[in-house]
Amino acid sequence: MNRRLTHKVLLLHLSIVAGLFLAQFFLPEYHHTNLARIMVLATFAAGYNVLFGYTGLMSLGHAMFFAAGMYATGLSVYYLDFGALSAFFLGIAAAAAVAVLFGLFALRTSGVSFLIVTMMFGQACYLTILYFNTITLGDQGFTLSNNLAPLEIGQQQFAFSNPSVKFNGAWILFSISFVLSMVIAASPLGRVLVAIRENDERTKLLGYNTYLYKLMALVVSGSIAGAAGAGYALLFSYVGASFAAILYSIYPLLWTLLGGAGTTLGPLIGTGTMFYLIDIASGYTTAYLFVVGGSLLILVLWFPKGIVGSIRDRWIKWLP
Amino acid sequence: MKDQSDKKRFPSSDGIDVSKRSTIKAAAAVTGGLIAASTTKIPEFLYRSAYAAGSDKPIRVGFQVHRTGIGALYGRWYEQTTTAVTKLINEMGGIAGRPVEIIAEDDGTDPKRGAEVVEKLAAQHKVDFVYGTLFSHVVIGSAPRAGELKIPYFVVSEGYHVASGKLNRYVAQPGITDVRAQVTAMSSWVMDNLGKRVTMIFPDYAFGYDHRDFFSAEVEKRGGSIAELLAIPPTESSYTKYFPRIPADTEVLYHVMVGPGVLTFVKEMGEHFGSNRPEIFGFIDSLEGVDIATPGLEFLEGTYLWEGMPRYADGYPTEHAAAYRKAVGLDENGASVDDPKSVSANSHMFGCWETMFIIKEVVEKSGYKDPKDYPALIETLEGIPGFAEGLEHPQGEKKFVGQLHQSFGQQFISKVSNGKLDVVHRTTIADGMYEPEADYTTQPL
Repeated sequence: MNRRLTHKVLLLHLSIVAGLFLAQFFLPEYHHTNLARIMVLATFAAGYNVLFGYTGLMSLGHAMFFAAGMYATGLSVYYLDFGALSAFFLGIAAAAAVAVLFGLFALRTSGVSFLIVTMMFGQACYLTILYFNTITLGDQGFTLSNNLAPLEIGQQQFAFSNPSVKFNGAWILFSISFVLSMVIAASPLGRVLVAIRENDERTKLLGYNTYLYKLMALVVSGSIAGAAGAGYALLFSYVGASFAAILYSIYPLLWTLLGGAGTTLGPLIGTGTMFYLIDIASGYTTAYLFVVGGSLLILVLWFPKGIVGSIRDRWIKWLP
Repeated sequence: MKDQSDKKRFPSSDGIDVSKRSTIKAAAAVTGGLIAASTTKIPEFLYRSAYAAGSDKPIRVGFQVHRTGIGALYGRWYEQTTTAVTKLINEMGGIAGRPVEIIAEDDGTDPKRGAEVVEKLAAQHKVDFVYGTLFSHVVIGSAPRAGELKIPYFVVSEGYHVASGKLNRYVAQPGITDVRAQVTAMSSWVMDNLGKRVTMIFPDYAFGYDHRDFFSAEVEKRGGSIAELLAIPPTESSYTKYFPRIPADTEVLYHVMVGPGVLTFVKEMGEHFGSNRPEIFGFIDSLEGVDIATPGLEFLEGTYLWEGMPRYADGYPTEHAAAYRKAVGLDENGASVDDPKSVSANSHMFGCWETMFIIKEVVEKSGYKDPKDYPALIETLEGIPGFAEGLEHPQGEKKFVGQLHQSFGQQFISKVSNGKLDVVHRTTIADGMYEPEADYTTQPL
């Protein structure tokens, strides 16, 4: 076993995966579907975290990977009658392809320039979806419920309208991305990515081709984000351009910052906290975004490493 | 070009002569006042007693409202209308003897949050129905979840998405007409009165495409022609580069701009054309909530606008319209009685009023008691041929097509005169009818 992948780390991650699975048997109906949504969105954040949290590359264009996965999956179901699984893998492949293409250009920049380039590409992607509105159906988007056949595994059929299918689909998606994050964090690859984050020049001097490592991180990050987009389209039956807008590039950044960048648990905690912060605050005040903003301000001022990052700093040093 | 200033040249579909406005207005003011007086101040203990015959358990209507985001202006007025109509329905004895309770949740005008709100209203608040959504992308994003949860979802959106058959049997739009019907109804009047060579300027997203596709098809069908189609990207903040692309032989400029750029759009259009302009026809969607007398909109003087329901009280002076306006809190100019600067979204928000009364009607006709009665309720709705004009339907009579889950009604065309809107024509219901492309009744419940 890798020396960083200790029994404690492994046990924690497997317990969380098992706990999430068991939650479906206890949660009330509303929170049952909420958790499914949170897991899909946390997958998006987990993808973002690979690039931002571990590699130190802040992107404001990650919605393009989410949208690439979402649209490749959605369009193939809507127009070509693809089955759920083949559409899902097509979604991941599309996001990976977009990430490679994007990385070849964007990784020639760094720092603030990289941030601006990601934002520009992200906006270009959003406008492209609007431009080809005869195919993408523009900002209104389209639903998949009338086109998507139930998933067939052996003799069993699983309809996506079934809450259990939604939950377990989201759980599988998140678990894979979560475990993958843990493996990356503990692997030599992860150590190189952290080294790039801490000091790109020194990592180069040590003989690493940082461009290739960053490209690799971007493709992994984009593919996970694309998987989340593909999963969202299948499980929640809607594909729309709003998911490619800049807001959906800002969300994973906020979720990751809130939960703790560079921690495997951070994306889940951040996404869940933000989801319920909005959900509960909106029940008390129309100014719920003010509450969200205030909370983020407190976090940035007093807990700059996010929830899990702060826990790691103060109490549980071994958290990956 | 004909002079359209003479109101007598635009008889309405039901025989109300626009020139007789003053007489009707006086009658409406008196009757409306009486109705309003009789409906707005009934002590609670009196209408509480009206529920004794039924159950005390309220009918809970989940209101998916755009309190924030791009739809916030509409959302505010949708909420004000919903509050007013709910108060009135409760004063009338509620729905089937049960009080009505509104549970509102903000969807941020976002389709993702919209679906979550439908979920929250249905699963956590245990509402009987979800209602009130306006923006198309939020409706389309939320509708699948409503269908999965099998909860009736009454939208007030005017989008063509319901009638197109894209959604599911649990979604209906009975209280407001859809954009295809609106555009179809407008086409004959525009062609007959303004000109046959049309240039269209529309936003480069779905709302604009509905106008582009349906209006240009109607123009071709009626022997006219499209001179140019100008799609404006949503990120555009200046429009000067688009105006030179308007062909010189354009007889009618058809515009449907939405969003904060509308003032700039009108101003720059005025700078481009000066006094030598073609006839101009547009949709009020871009000017909902905006005072027509706002500096910068002077160029609209003498141009025409579609209205779903007239903003100014003298535009449709019926007793029921007056009662509706009084209850919602609109002054003669279509602004809030509390704040004359707060202009309403009256071409859309009447749909909330009418939809709530339709919920009342289908609940009472179907004998709905609880969610197990949803199939009966939906089948009852699908069997309703229409809704008569009255206090419940102040915008006018509606024809309801059950297979489309969509209502059809009259539309208004108004001329901008002296910084106000002056209704010059009302279409008939038949003017907006089109061949159905869907049949929800074949879907299982």
